Amino acid sequence: MALTKDELLKAYRLMRTIREFEERVHVEFAAGEIEGFVHLYAGEEACAVGVMLNLTKADRIASTHRGHGHCIAKGVDVPAMMAEIYGRATGSCRGKGGSMHIADLDAGMMGANGIVGGGPPLICGAALAAKVQGTRQVGVAFIGDGASNQGTTFESMNLATVWNLPAIFVAENNGYAEATAADYAIGAGSLADRAEGFGMPAATVDGHDFFAVHEAAGEAIRRARSGDGPSFIECQVNRYYGHYEGDAQTYRPPGEAEAARANHDCLDMFAGRVTKSAGIEREELDDIDRAVAALIDGAVSSAKADPAPAASEFLTDVYVDY
Amino acid sequence: MARTLTILQAINEALDQEMARDSSVIVMGEDVVGGSGAEGEMDAWGGPLGVTKGLYGKYGDRMLDTPITESAFIGAAVGAAASGLRPVAELMFSDFVGVCFDQIYNQAAKFRYMFGGRAETPVVVRTMYGAGLRAAAQHSQSPYSIFTHVPGLKCVMPVTPYDAKGLLIQAIRDNDPVIFFEHKGLYETEGEVPEQSYSIPFGEANVVREGNDVSIISLGLMVHRSLEAAETLAGEGIQCEVVDLRTTSPLDEDTVLESAENTGRVVVVDEAPPRCSIATDISALIAQHAFDALEAPISLVTAPHTPVPFAGVLEDQYMPDAARIATAVRSVAGYA
Repeated sequence: MALTKDELLKAYRLMRTIREFEERVHVEFAAGEIEGFVHLYAGEEACAVGVMLNLTKADRIASTHRGHGHCIAKGVDVPAMMAEIYGRATGSCRGKGGSMHIADLDAGMMGANGIVGGGPPLICGAALAAKVQGTRQVGVAFIGDGASNQGTTFESMNLATVWNLPAIFVAENNGYAEATAADYAIGAGSLADRAEGFGMPAATVDGHDFFAVHEAAGEAIRRARSGDGPSFIECQVNRYYGHYEGDAQTYRPPGEAEAARANHDCLDMFAGRVTKSAGIEREELDDIDRAVAALIDGAVSSAKADPAPAASEFLTDVYVDY
Repeated sequence: MARTLTILQAINEALDQEMARDSSVIVMGEDVVGGSGAEGEMDAWGGPLGVTKGLYGKYGDRMLDTPITESAFIGAAVGAAASGLRPVAELMFSDFVGVCFDQIYNQAAKFRYMFGGRAETPVVVRTMYGAGLRAAAQHSQSPYSIFTHVPGLKCVMPVTPYDAKGLLIQAIRDNDPVIFFEHKGLYETEGEVPEQSYSIPFGEANVVREGNDVSIISLGLMVHRSLEAAETLAGEGIQCEVVDLRTTSPLDEDTVLESAENTGRVVVVDEAPPRCSIATDISALIAQHAFDALEAPISLVTAPHTPVPFAGVLEDQYMPDAARIATAVRSVAGYA
């Protein structure tokens, strides 16, 4: 299905927002402004946005520890996300979650997740709820190459097939599970072959190519919506930064991330294609770049200025108030 | 209008009434229907002991057999709960939590707090626990203290049919994750149960026998054995107050402390091993807050720090019985 110009500009804006967000968090973290564990999504933007442009707000996703991109693409408020990463009362989770637990159920975002493989069972549940309630919504579980080996992922793919759930499993294979190569840790020829073993169609796409992801995800999501069950997509991609901020990445060959950035960057690929063939001018993209930079600047300034959670918040929300 | 039901029937009735009342209530688990995909009859089992028997005929697709993959289906129940349903998932034996604990401990329990109060996870995990059926080390444990330890979970263990129905209805309507423990030795216990729907609030212990000499604080099957001991001891002139905790999270600290202050002498009875247990927790609570009222050291009657043995002669020793409880009470009562 051909994308309209507005949709293409939206895709670019989302990818640029993720990139700008992550680049800025990288800088602020290095400057000591951000505490805790932070995992950046830079380089993988086309995966999140390619999938999410096929979803509605009511559709649900479960994310990973590397979740900022999924949140932004799913429509979580960007300043609230930044505030959460700074541990502020104004954050998505009122400062109680942090980078690894940003969630917004109203936006269909069931949470980044600190547990590798934590999300797929949850998405089976979201997809089951959609099926039981007859909403035609779908659930998308994002996993990495690390989680692709977890039992929860296998069990969930099996359950999704057994229950014929409107669930899509999107594996973002960035080549490394923390510091261990995917080639070492995945005991199968390909993730797609493995998924087919669970009885679902599977595709392998270039995760830097927004259009490839969008098309594969579109097909899987249409299939799920029409009641034809789960699908699997492997997006092969690069991460520009380490497993976590502060990771020296000595396990990677020198220049690997730089080469990906120079030769296979999702934003460059996207811009090149749409300015050649979709009637979009470079200036239109530059305008978006400027607007996004201002958005992220504003998000960082307000996050820095926002209040920490009140001491009274410490013990609240463990249980429901009767 | 009350009738006599077993705990098994009371649980079935609670599920039936809640499923009839609220279409968002679904039940899932291994063989909760039984027969899915097979060529014989559906609802062949209705749960391994028949607790959910008959519900498939009424609620069809809202009764879901699962593969034997607890991580996936307990997690699916959690995800469905965060997506608008009220799932009741059956974890056949609580021992099996070892393969799915993450979905309970790191996911369900934490969503509300970790997401800043912006998520609800109204899931119930029904699960069998307890020794006494020669089911051996991996099907006989009482791991409620592990769940009670986790902020965000609620833990319930009914010991009468009346409580089983009322507490399960409360669990299903509750907007937090609830672990509902069913002792496999109590399913046939009978008692009066009203036909109409009712709920029992969490965090209200039940003083099941009044007495002024010694408090026996107990939970689960041990409540029945404590009552048995109390009956014997009454014949000896020792009047026991027996407290059934009913829920360990939330814990009714007030009732426990009032009883301890009333008698000044306390025995805590727990079927689980003794370290980091409900027994030690209750004991610490009383030591911290009712110390001045104590007239004797607190006595704990628990299982030993071992797995549950298989052979009858060993398993019978493993579980506290009325005789051991009575011995502890006599010792505490006679402490000067």
